[in-house]
Amino acid sequence: MRAVVTVVGKDKTGIISKVSTFLAERKVNILDISQTIMDEYFAMIMLVDPSGSDMELAALAEECQKMGQKIGMSIHVQHEDIFNAMHNI
Amino acid sequence: MFNYKDVLETIDMIEREHLDIRTVTMGISLLPCIRATAEETARCVYDTVCKKAENIVKVTGELSREYGIPIVNKRVSVTPVSLICAPFADKSALIGRALDDAASELGIDFLGGYSALLHKGMADYEQKFLLSIPEVLASTDRLCSSVNVGSSKSGINMDAVALMGRIIKDTAKATADRDGFGCAKLVVFCNAVEDNPFMAGAFHGVGESDTVINVGVSGPGVVQHAIEAIPDADLSDLAEMIKRTAFKITRAGQLIAKEAAKRLNAQFGIVDLSLAPTPARGDSVAQILEEMGLECVGTHGTTACLAMLNDAVKKGGVMASSRVGGLSGAFIPVSEDIGMIEAAEKGVLCLDKLEAMTAVCSVGLDMIAVPGDTSADTISAIIADEAAIGMINNKTTAVRIIPAPGKRVGDQVNFGGLLGRAPIMPVHESSASKFIRRGGLIPAPIHSNKN
Repeated sequence: MRAVVTVVGKDKTGIISKVSTFLAERKVNILDISQTIMDEYFAMIMLVDPSGSDMELAALAEECQKMGQKIGMSIHVQHEDIFNAMHNI
Repeated sequence: MFNYKDVLETIDMIEREHLDIRTVTMGISLLPCIRATAEETARCVYDTVCKKAENIVKVTGELSREYGIPIVNKRVSVTPVSLICAPFADKSALIGRALDDAASELGIDFLGGYSALLHKGMADYEQKFLLSIPEVLASTDRLCSSVNVGSSKSGINMDAVALMGRIIKDTAKATADRDGFGCAKLVVFCNAVEDNPFMAGAFHGVGESDTVINVGVSGPGVVQHAIEAIPDADLSDLAEMIKRTAFKITRAGQLIAKEAAKRLNAQFGIVDLSLAPTPARGDSVAQILEEMGLECVGTHGTTACLAMLNDAVKKGGVMASSRVGGLSGAFIPVSEDIGMIEAAEKGVLCLDKLEAMTAVCSVGLDMIAVPGDTSADTISAIIADEAAIGMINNKTTAVRIIPAPGKRVGDQVNFGGLLGRAPIMPVHESSASKFIRRGGLIPAPIHSNKN
């Protein structure tokens, strides 16, 4: 099972570093990463494999959201299938 | 890898446009619970529901967090209770209370199925069951009741229609301290469906398998937003946009339905493609119609807009789900939709226009508050009109009407939460009593003879 991590918010230094460190500490492997700036807003999408982590996906999503609040970003972690279902036929 | 547009669109839909899974409803057959006495049956009903649905709240919570999409309601529907307690109909209330206790134990918001199917005739035990409804709805919190009084195949049972007018009045009276709240949990159907996940009309049909998961999606806000994005589009383009949006919404529902069924050890039943509003601003079917170009919902053109919306939602949704069922269409519950509430307060949206709208959309006259002194016969006549629309057009229609005790036109009732608030709407004062009191059966239409 893979998950999509979405990080959105006002651009500042160190966002990728903070998020990837946070994930690494929880043994979440980053498979793909893509980042851009849209209208001064930072947007990053990561495809991750959380199978090495001890945490359930729901708990990981909750922790990431809290961490996001601390650094002023909106972070979502969602099972990839929600995007597959909605955007692929 | 996913592209930004798709991922951010999904997140926007959920965070800003109120996309959610409106309900995950577990249908449970109670047929194996029938015992020799009402007391034993009630005990078995309680145990069965608690056992089968014991994980519904936990599993939907997990799914919601994993997929990042809110699942608003967790519900249970059961076999029509009038069938379960046929041998001891005098004690139907015992089963009703056992079900309400089970719902409370499970932590679900509603349990549907305190129901009877009377579309062709009414047995003595069914009549006794109906008479228990007012008291049972007054003494329970989460139990919902529905009664099917007609079908395209069998006609309209006008004896049942006449009785339901009185039952609704009695239910309002029994819950007069809460503005007739009991009536918000009571629906009268024509062509009721067996796999509807939405309340108050959900029940688990006898043709269904033992335990089934049915899911109702939502997303009026998402559709409204999609229409806003193309302000100058013609109606063909608008219909196309609604279809595409409905597809995406429904796919989310299908995903959750299949996964929920797997984790709850139940069969995947159907996805209901309804656009279900809530009283929140931006989660309203009325606002979609206004976005399409109406100054206020209820004005001329409303029926046409709604017909197009309803059809486009179905076309998009049908392709997105392997099994479509339930009511599948746009809901227009007055008290649960901020746009409808405001239009009714302005006097633009009236009962007659709502009736016309029900001919082209999903259900019927839903969550409508009328003056407390509205007679039982008038309520029966309103039910008969709706049932006729359903019978002739081969569609489900329903009436969920609240004759709010002591209230007059100009007042309002407030039920809070998802049930919202409703201005009291005027009804016609001329009587239909003679028609209602004739009783008997309105025969099935000619086109029911298809064999």
